[in-house]
Amino acid sequence: MIQLFVFLLAGFVGVQTINRIPPLLHTPLMAATNAISGISLVASLVLAGSNEGVLATALGTIAEACAVANIVGGFLITDRMLAMFKRTPTATEAQQERDGASSVAKS
Amino acid sequence: MTETLIQLAYLLAAFFFIMALRALGRPETARRGMQLAAFGMAVAVLATLLPARIVSYDWLAVGAMIGAVVGYPLGMWVPMTAMPQRIALSHAFGALAATLVGVGEYTHGAATGSLARGHVLALGLEVLFGGLTVTGSLMAFGKLQEILPGRPLTFRGQNTMNLVLLAAAVIGLGWLIVSPNEVWVFAAMLAIAVLVGILFVLPIGGADMPVVVSLLNSYAGLAAVATGFAIDNNILIIVGALDGLSGFILSIAMSKAMNRSFANVLFGAFGSAEAGGVATASAGGEMSTTSAEDAALRLAYANRVIMVPGYGLAVSQAQHQIRELGDLIEKRGGDVRYAIHPVAGRMPGHMNVLLAEAGIPYDKLVDMDEINGRFSETDVAVVVGANDVVNPAARTNPASPIFGMPILKVSEAKSVLVLKRGKGKGFSGVENDLFVEPKTSMLFGDARQSLLDLGLQVKGA
Repeated sequence: MIQLFVFLLAGFVGVQTINRIPPLLHTPLMAATNAISGISLVASLVLAGSNEGVLATALGTIAEACAVANIVGGFLITDRMLAMFKRTPTATEAQQERDGASSVAKS
Repeated sequence: MTETLIQLAYLLAAFFFIMALRALGRPETARRGMQLAAFGMAVAVLATLLPARIVSYDWLAVGAMIGAVVGYPLGMWVPMTAMPQRIALSHAFGALAATLVGVGEYTHGAATGSLARGHVLALGLEVLFGGLTVTGSLMAFGKLQEILPGRPLTFRGQNTMNLVLLAAAVIGLGWLIVSPNEVWVFAAMLAIAVLVGILFVLPIGGADMPVVVSLLNSYAGLAAVATGFAIDNNILIIVGALDGLSGFILSIAMSKAMNRSFANVLFGAFGSAEAGGVATASAGGEMSTTSAEDAALRLAYANRVIMVPGYGLAVSQAQHQIRELGDLIEKRGGDVRYAIHPVAGRMPGHMNVLLAEAGIPYDKLVDMDEINGRFSETDVAVVVGANDVVNPAARTNPASPIFGMPILKVSEAKSVLVLKRGKGKGFSGVENDLFVEPKTSMLFGDARQSLLDLGLQVKGA
């Protein structure tokens, strides 16, 4: 029963949060939820690691590999994507950049 | 004691995950938020490794190694244009993990005879959602990667068959709740789920993939929720709920943007039936073609320009060329914005990522709702490889099959330049009145080449 409460509350928080994410970031959002859902790793760890027989260990290990692939790949690609989203430099920033470039050129 | 520590670690991870989703609300905070989420993930995983539950570590090391070796290229080497199929593949991975855990838990429980009814219900739902997401996502991956034919594959009675199979799976689930130890029923249910996944994506055309990928995202999340219920793990329930909802919200947004009811999306078979026979809604008239020289001249002296990139731009991978053209116009003092329709590109938000990668600042990428008010004060709207999403018939002609679809109001601009491969119709097969309006000029040719030509001419103007 407690689980149902957790589910509903998480769902409520999820709707509130996800609806505020602009379409601009919908692809990173999908990559991010993918990475986060790799948390199912904890389930496969328990299955693979608690010595419940060959079948459980084998299934658990494959599941673990899948989850780890999602976590590693998911967080990396989300970060790669988010790093590409840049604002237009403001006038002063653009000036600083030019100054920086010219001072490098001088030295 | 250890159990408490583990639960606290999970709580911390859940907190970081929700904060990360909040941070995704703004591009400035998003990256930081995701780094915190990664930290939360590390804490949760390390806590799980505490010796309370886990006794042998050999195979864990093997699994982790394989996962890391597979995951690294999936994170670092996949090009941004391949993002939809990459996401589809990771849905398959996530769902496979859930399914295997479900199978493992069930066989273990069946062997020891310790299966309670609620437990079996959760495990059943887990392999149902998991199984169909695995094959469904692999099919979507195949279609997006063009290993499989992108056109819809249909046969008669497809929908009936899907419904019958789904009903059989639900009956199987009911059977298991009554007698939890019938292993063959469990196996049959898994087999049906796997089959349904294939049949569900088979009839869906390439252009409908944004909805499918979002929907599979949702199913993968639901499989994770079921896992959480099955093994009594709150963090899986929380994360699964977030994942499932996010996919659900995205698929609703996508289906709205494609002018399909959500029921239509849920029960599949879209993208195949309505093509053909309805293309009578044209006002008639001639398209006026233009040359790159003339078009460039207008762009060079325009004060406000809005670029409207569509699917065709993504196909010819001309995002760098459109950015160069935009930069050249800006250098001459014009203001350039990019109007992004929700279904431009091949998955939600894909066009934004492609243009951001090309180096366009995100404050110039403007969503449909926000930019639609600006077209009336725009000198030139440049439509690159978009068709249905700029078709005024969606607003004016109730007889048109795309009537009601939200569009970019390009026809309100003072003049319109359309870059188009040929004179063909859009995905929906509808004539586009925009192309025959007097203020519209057409520049035919490959989007990439046309943009290059325009850039050269603007530079010389």
